[in-house]
Amino acid sequence: MGGPVVELRAVRRRFGDVVALDGFDLSAPAGSVTVLVGPNGAGKTTALRIVTGALAPDAGEVRTFGLDPAVDGEEIRRRCGVVSAKPALYDRLSGRDNLRYSARLHGLDRHADVGWAAARFGIEHALDQLVGGYSTGMKTRLALARAVLHRPDLLLLDEPTSGLDPESAHAVLALIRSMAAEGSTVVLCTHLLLEADGLADNVVVLEDGAAAVAGSPGDLARAWLPDTVLRVDAEDRAVLDTLATAPGVLAYERDGGPATLSLDGPERVPDVVAALVAAGARVTRLEPRTPSLEDVYLAIRRRPRPGGDGTGAGAGS
Amino acid sequence: MKTAPAERSLRLDRIVAIAGTDLRQLRQARDFWMPMVLLGGIFFVFVPALLLGVISAAGEIEAVRQFSQTLEVLPQAAQEQIRGDTDAGRTSYALAVYLFAPLAVVVPLTISTAVGASTIVGERERGTGEFLAHAPVSVREIYLGKLAASLLPGYVTTLVGFAVYSVIVNTIVGPEVGGWFFPTPDWWLLMFWVVPPFLAITLSVVLRLSARVRSTAAAQQASGLVSLPLILLAYGQATGALFGTGASAVVVGAVAWLLAVLGLVRGASSVARARLLGVADES
Repeated sequence: MGGPVVELRAVRRRFGDVVALDGFDLSAPAGSVTVLVGPNGAGKTTALRIVTGALAPDAGEVRTFGLDPAVDGEEIRRRCGVVSAKPALYDRLSGRDNLRYSARLHGLDRHADVGWAAARFGIEHALDQLVGGYSTGMKTRLALARAVLHRPDLLLLDEPTSGLDPESAHAVLALIRSMAAEGSTVVLCTHLLLEADGLADNVVVLEDGAAAVAGSPGDLARAWLPDTVLRVDAEDRAVLDTLATAPGVLAYERDGGPATLSLDGPERVPDVVAALVAAGARVTRLEPRTPSLEDVYLAIRRRPRPGGDGTGAGAGS
Repeated sequence: MKTAPAERSLRLDRIVAIAGTDLRQLRQARDFWMPMVLLGGIFFVFVPALLLGVISAAGEIEAVRQFSQTLEVLPQAAQEQIRGDTDAGRTSYALAVYLFAPLAVVVPLTISTAVGASTIVGERERGTGEFLAHAPVSVREIYLGKLAASLLPGYVTTLVGFAVYSVIVNTIVGPEVGGWFFPTPDWWLLMFWVVPPFLAITLSVVLRLSARVRSTAAAQQASGLVSLPLILLAYGQATGALFGTGASAVVVGAVAWLLAVLGLVRGASSVARARLLGVADES
């Protein structure tokens, strides 16, 4: 990964009395997938709009490709592909006309091939239909095709799988992953943590218009859920209970089925196996459990905050 | 912060793309262009053909004679231009050349106002404003594209109507006045010098409204209020210019062009990306 493609420093933006962003920092390295997570109204969409210069901040510093959107907005937008929360397509035009319109605004030839982008998202068969007749999934696929048509260096995706069936959502995420692998920088907004899991190089948790926590999923997991969690099963499950008092076991839980252990470090795993063998257990399952992004996010949201109730209610818009 | 983005030079291809996309959508909207064609048909074909046909067919009846006499109240210059040896011929000529002239203003204003009122606020309502806000086009290019897309339907309808009207007038009234006579020089001036700036003045106001209001319905209500006095003004100026000499039409047109340019320059500043996103009112 290279230097930052997107850099926001202490960005502030308010709408009337509502503060959408309040000292927000963001750094998205080149070739990375950065995921902005947070509750509805946390300021994710506002942040994306500020990155392209579609919206100007009240205060703070914004650099995209090292350029200031207030000065070089057109150049920045030429190199960005954006998929907004709503597909923002022209219902009275065909899919092909929607793509051609975008192509022309991005400086491509009026006869430029748009089929490859449609084919990439599996929507080429419907290009000559009016978009008004498309399903939600088809619209999202077309919006994605439109966003990549001009081969952008930066993709900004605002909840791109919203309203999609699981199969379509999976396909969209796979395509985002492949585009990131090809070198595009991706900034993805979502409040669906399952989407971001396995996709994100960096995660930024937005709260009250600011980045509460930022880092790679691994770093965040180590910081917020440092314990090693292990699921253990054996033919004689009663023997598992001997682990409750074993050295390094911070927490032990068994509710009739397999046991779940929290250890003070991954180096304790061989000790656990040795203890079970010594107790005569025939181990049938030993599964280190990696915390999901959702686990990490919930741990962050539930942390005690000054003056907060710990429920993590977001603010802003 | 909140500085306005730097404006680069205008790109005609992007303006054409924006206008072309709007026009393509209008073409798909049968519920829009059917009334538009109907309006042009009524004003440029049906009403003139009916009135002129009835007068020509009626011949020298009392009503036509009385109308012919009222033409004497017109300025001397206008009276001298009226052709025809009979009352019916002179009446038809006066109707065709003078009294229907305001139609040339009413039709394009009505159509273009309807298109222009929804053109920017419609992007916001449909959510496509988000696409335009993130597109590598300047707000001036968006404004000019929207202006062209609003102006062309009304003006093209008017030009087509004008051509059909010319044929109708020459066919019905021509034999009464010694041959084809229409368009007169004053009508050429009206169509190509007076009407376009009036249209532009109206649209400069309508597009500002479209950029600022919250809904298409509100834009259309407000546009109606704006275009009504402009129609009345245009009516008076167009007929006044034609009743006089061509010189007054030239002056009226020149003033209108000046006002149009001022209005359009000011109007361009009303389009902002935040407005396309629908968040400007909350800033």
